Amino acid sequence: MELKLESFSKVTSIITPFDKANVDTDQIIPKQFLKLITKTGYGKFLFYDWRFDHDGKPKNDFILNNTLYEDSKILVTNENFGCGSSREHAVWALKDFGFNVIISPSFADIFYSNCFKNGVLPIILDIEKINKLLQFEDEVEIDLNSQKISLSDEFIDFDIDSHRKIRLLKGLDDIDLTLKEDEKIEKFENDSSIVSIF
Amino acid sequence: MTETLFEKIWNSHVVVERENEPSLIYIDRHLVHEVTSPQAFDGLRLNNRQVRRPDLTIATIDHNVPTTDRSLPMIDETSSTQINTLEKNCKDFGIKLFGINDPNQGIVHVIGPQLGITLPGSTIVCGDSHTSTQGAFGAFAFGIGTSEVEHTLATQTLWLEKPKTFEILATGKRRNSFAVTSKDIILSIIKEIGTDGGAGHVLEYRGDAISDLSMEQRMTICNMSIEAGSRAGLIAPDEKAFDYINNREYTPKNYEQLVDTWKDNLMSDTNAKFDKSFTIDVEKIEPQVSWGTNPAMVSDVTGTIPTPEEYGQSNEIQIASAKKALDYMNLEPETPIVEIPIDRVFIGSCTNARLEDLKDAAKIVKGKTVNPDVNAMIVPGSQMVKYEAEKLGLDKIFKDANFEWRESGCSMCLGMNPDILKPGERCASTSNRNFEGRQGSGGRTHLVSPVMAAAAAITGHFVDVREWS
Repeated sequence: MELKLESFSKVTSIITPFDKANVDTDQIIPKQFLKLITKTGYGKFLFYDWRFDHDGKPKNDFILNNTLYEDSKILVTNENFGCGSSREHAVWALKDFGFNVIISPSFADIFYSNCFKNGVLPIILDIEKINKLLQFEDEVEIDLNSQKISLSDEFIDFDIDSHRKIRLLKGLDDIDLTLKEDEKIEKFENDSSIVSIF
Repeated sequence: MTETLFEKIWNSHVVVERENEPSLIYIDRHLVHEVTSPQAFDGLRLNNRQVRRPDLTIATIDHNVPTTDRSLPMIDETSSTQINTLEKNCKDFGIKLFGINDPNQGIVHVIGPQLGITLPGSTIVCGDSHTSTQGAFGAFAFGIGTSEVEHTLATQTLWLEKPKTFEILATGKRRNSFAVTSKDIILSIIKEIGTDGGAGHVLEYRGDAISDLSMEQRMTICNMSIEAGSRAGLIAPDEKAFDYINNREYTPKNYEQLVDTWKDNLMSDTNAKFDKSFTIDVEKIEPQVSWGTNPAMVSDVTGTIPTPEEYGQSNEIQIASAKKALDYMNLEPETPIVEIPIDRVFIGSCTNARLEDLKDAAKIVKGKTVNPDVNAMIVPGSQMVKYEAEKLGLDKIFKDANFEWRESGCSMCLGMNPDILKPGERCASTSNRNFEGRQGSGGRTHLVSPVMAAAAAITGHFVDVREWS
């Protein structure tokens, strides 16, 4: 059986403006929610300490509690998003909550890579474009194939590594692809002096 | 053509390379723990896949294990489930597990080197960002997500884009090599280059001030490479590195032969080009204390809490971050660091809980008593560190001073087990992250070295440990 990700094409929704820098994965999904052994069900814990008070009641002034954004699939944020812990639970939580696209001037390396493994598209744009999107209140359409973000009267182009783009568009499973290279892996193992632990 | 150390390691591990595509890189060592692996093993089962190289893979339990008496049943059922799941996964897939009652149990990045599993020139991964610790041995060691854990289990390889190289040159000599530690060096570096200064890069720490450090001190530096946003950090291995891994339980049988190869190969060539470079003079470094909610928000112990404007200069985003941080930390600008009172002290974590850290902290503590308003605990990085410390009588020094002496694990570095701060509590911590809520929801973390944490436990506030008597 091949387990494939859902293929990614277009996303249309309003933007959730989340103008914060250095958002770390401890904030995205606090550690008390890392104890599950599944990949699903993390959305309700997303930004838990920012969303809820100590009694577990929603904080009214936190943007994700604003019903205006409840159907939003696009998070626009500021630099170095997803820094800190490597926990993939951060991406699982964002996706489970409903975000398919995250747009930022920069991402932390491990988080960026984790997004692609889960069918979430991280887009890097310069700060002027980010500021424009943070202000933009209507629906936008994001088309991965043409690498365009359509606002009502203009387009913003974005760059993405072509290899990652194809994997995301087709929903390819990395392990399936790698196993096609099995002969090369075996050759490497035979040719190199890999030191066994035991 | 000249190459950096990182490029040499990379080039010797390329399995597949194609133009404008990521490369397939072979992984020599895969370390697994209970929190980021269950979904990976599930993925293998769903697809009928095996672990390709169990002989290159080990597992331990560290993140959510209790640090209190382990003969008692675990109270937290979800933690218990996660631990039982790893035990079952290791059994089903034939992976060696250093389990909860194993004398080799400990924080994954502490036991790798301690068991002689971490080798120079190798590629090492673990589903934990502080895997970079093991770069101290001249390895390319980096953290990965759970999907990549599954990929490594199934294929012993990873698709990676080649990171760039970043030289961190540390010159000069520390003025007080007991009070100014490698923790102070790495915090000073992060303060300067920022929490994303190393993004997309592998750092290579070089210079006399690095050679001068012991292996355990070097591990502290490489450990926090991720806090500067970098993919990994490494140091060219020398005699100290080779000696450290000799005569360990899993030191390779052909150790002597390997050392000869390592000596010939594992250094950056003279005139090798780095993509970026940064120089720091360690002579000017003082003991450091973090005041904010990211590891770049750090001050000299003789300094004061900066105003948001001083911290952010003209960067609006940074000014806003500093305001939010000061609000969260409940600190006023211009407060002297030494006037900040603390409630808790945590000496532990993969950053600073090895034997030398505990020995240094014990020198500060010996014959003194923890301030009655402070609760202080020591969590050794591994059961082996705990055993060695007890052989030296360090446990007695700490217990006599009213420190709690615990079993090993990640503990209050991230608070997945019952060791957490209460809301509002302020902690001097030898760990690596001062993020909001990291050590417990509403808790306030100040990152410091083990000697600074030990001194703060005694006095109840931060002190300049250079003046300790």
